[in-house]
Amino acid sequence: MTPSEGVGRGVESVLEMLESLLALGGMVLLRDSVEWEGRSLLKALIKKSALYGEQVHVLGCEVSEEEFREGFDSSINSRLVYHDLFRDPLNWSKTGEALPGGPLEALRALCGRTDPGPITVALDSLSWLLLHLPCTTLCQALHALSRQDPCPGKQVRVLGLLHEELHGPGPVRTLSSLAQAEVTLSGAMGQASAHILYRRPRQHPTHQTQWFSILPDFSLDLQGGPLLEPQPQPDPHTPPVDPTNHLTFNLRLSKKEREAKDSLALPFQFSSEKQQALLRPGPGQATSHIFYEPDTYDDLDQEDPDDDLDV
Amino acid sequence: MFPELNNLLNTTPDGPEQGKLTLLCDAKTDGSFLMHHFLSFYLKANCKVCFVALIQSFSHYNIVGQKLGVSLTAARERRQLVFLEGLKSAVDIFFRPQEEPHPLQFLREANTRNLQPLYEFVREALKPTDEEEAAWRCPVLLVDDLSVLLSLGVGAVAVLDFIHYCRATVCWERKGNIVALVHDSGDAEDEENDILLNGLSHQSHLILRAEGLATGFCKDVHGQLKILWRRPSQPTAPRDRSLTYQYKIQDKSVSFFAKGMSPAVL
Repeated sequence: MTPSEGVGRGVESVLEMLESLLALGGMVLLRDSVEWEGRSLLKALIKKSALYGEQVHVLGCEVSEEEFREGFDSSINSRLVYHDLFRDPLNWSKTGEALPGGPLEALRALCGRTDPGPITVALDSLSWLLLHLPCTTLCQALHALSRQDPCPGKQVRVLGLLHEELHGPGPVRTLSSLAQAEVTLSGAMGQASAHILYRRPRQHPTHQTQWFSILPDFSLDLQGGPLLEPQPQPDPHTPPVDPTNHLTFNLRLSKKEREAKDSLALPFQFSSEKQQALLRPGPGQATSHIFYEPDTYDDLDQEDPDDDLDV
Repeated sequence: MFPELNNLLNTTPDGPEQGKLTLLCDAKTDGSFLMHHFLSFYLKANCKVCFVALIQSFSHYNIVGQKLGVSLTAARERRQLVFLEGLKSAVDIFFRPQEEPHPLQFLREANTRNLQPLYEFVREALKPTDEEEAAWRCPVLLVDDLSVLLSLGVGAVAVLDFIHYCRATVCWERKGNIVALVHDSGDAEDEENDILLNGLSHQSHLILRAEGLATGFCKDVHGQLKILWRRPSQPTAPRDRSLTYQYKIQDKSVSFFAKGMSPAVL
C-alpha cells in the first residue's frame, strides 16, 4: 500500500469512526481514565453532531460553561445548549439560580422535551450522576431518554462520559449494557487509542481499535499507531558461531574415561576395606604426638571434674 | 518554597497561573513538604491564602515556613492568611452552642451528609472586600489534608462535592487556585480513598505524586516525584505531559535530580 493510498483510507476511517459512532443512535459510552481523558473526544463527537445540524444539549456537571465551550466556533456554540450543573448542583447557595430539582429533574426534563428534530444529549459526566443518583434511577432515566420515538424526526442520541476508575464493575457493566457503542480510551507512548465495541441490533458485537489524536479545533486526526523501534536485522554476512568450539572442558567422555569414572569409589561410601584401613594404622602412618609445655599458672588437675556426677 | 521545584513546574511567584486545581498525593512516603512549598509559594506571590489545616498545628507550619522564608504569624496579622487550625477548633466545637454554625460542624452530627459549613467558611474567608481587592493577587485555598476527612466519617462523595463547590467559587468565579493533599493508601482495600483520589485526579490540572522508592529507604534519595500536567488551558499546548524526578529533602530546601543521577551515586 503506497503512502497516498494509506492516507486516503485513513481519511475514510476517520470519517467512519465518528460517523459510525453517531449513526447507531442510542447511547455512546465513552470510558476514560486519569491518564487518557475523554472530554476531548466527547467534544469532537459534539462538534460532529452540531455540524449535522442537530441541537446538542449538554448536561454539564464537571466543568464550567466557558471551559466547555472553549475551542468551538460560533456556529457550533449556537447549537449548544448548556444545562449548568457545575455552579450549584446541590443548591447550597439557595439563591434560586440552580436548576430546580437537581440533576435528576434536569435529566428527566430532557426526556420530556417537545421541540421537534433530532437532538444529541451529552452527559458530562455520567460518573458525576452515578455518584449522586442511585444506579437504578439513572439507568431508568437513560433508558427512557435513549429509547424515544422510533420516528426518525425525534431521535435522541446520548453521549455519556464515564470515568472508569470511580465505579465498581457492576454499575459500569450496567451502563455499558445500555449503550449501543462503547469506546474505551487508552494509549501507549503518548499516543491515544480508542477501542470501540459496536452493538448493532441483530448482529454480533464488533470490535475496532483506532489510534487518533484530537486537534485544537476538536476534529479528529487518525494516527497509524505508536512509532515502534525498528527491529535490528541479523547481518547475513557473519557466519553463525559454533559455541562448542574451543572449550576448556570435555563435553563427552570416551569409553575408557567412562569406565574409570564408574569404578571410582566415592569418598563417603563406607566399605569394609575402608573400615579396616581406618581402624588399623598402616605402617606408613605415624601416630601423632602432642607436646605440651605447661605455663606457670596452669592448673593441671588430673581428676575428672565429672566424676562426682551421679549419672 | 523550593526554587528547584519552581523550575520543574515552570512557575514563579511573580506570575502564578490562575484558576488551577493542583492535587498533591503521596504513597508510602510523606508528601507534606509539597504542602509547605505551596504555602510559602503563594504567600510570597502575594495571594490571599485560606489554609484549612487539619493535620498539624499552626506553630508547626509557622516553624517550617520560617525556614522557607515566610512568617505565618505576620501573614495572619496583615490578613493575607486565614488559618483554620483543625486540631484546635475541633475541640472548640463541643463547647459552643449548637446553633452557631462552625466549619467543622460535621464532627458533631451523627449523619455527616455534607461539608457545606466548611465550604461557607472558605467562601467567607476568600470573599473580596473593597480594601483588599487591590492588595492581594488572587485567592488560594490550601487543604491539608482531605484523607483525614474520610477518617472522620465524611463520605468520599461529600468531600468531592466540597471540592467541587470550592472549585466553582475559588477557581472559576474568583480565578484563584486550590491545592489539596490526599494520601494514597496503595493497596486496593480503601475504596473510599480511591474514589476520592481518582475523582480529584480527573478534576485536577496538575498532579504531583510523591512516592517512596520501590527498593525501600535510602539516605540520599528520599523518594520520587511524578508530575502530571492535565487539561492544558490552550488547546494548542501539548496534552498531558508527565515527568519523573527523584528528590532529597534537606533542612531548608529540597534538591531534585533525574532518576539515578543523585550526587551521592555519581
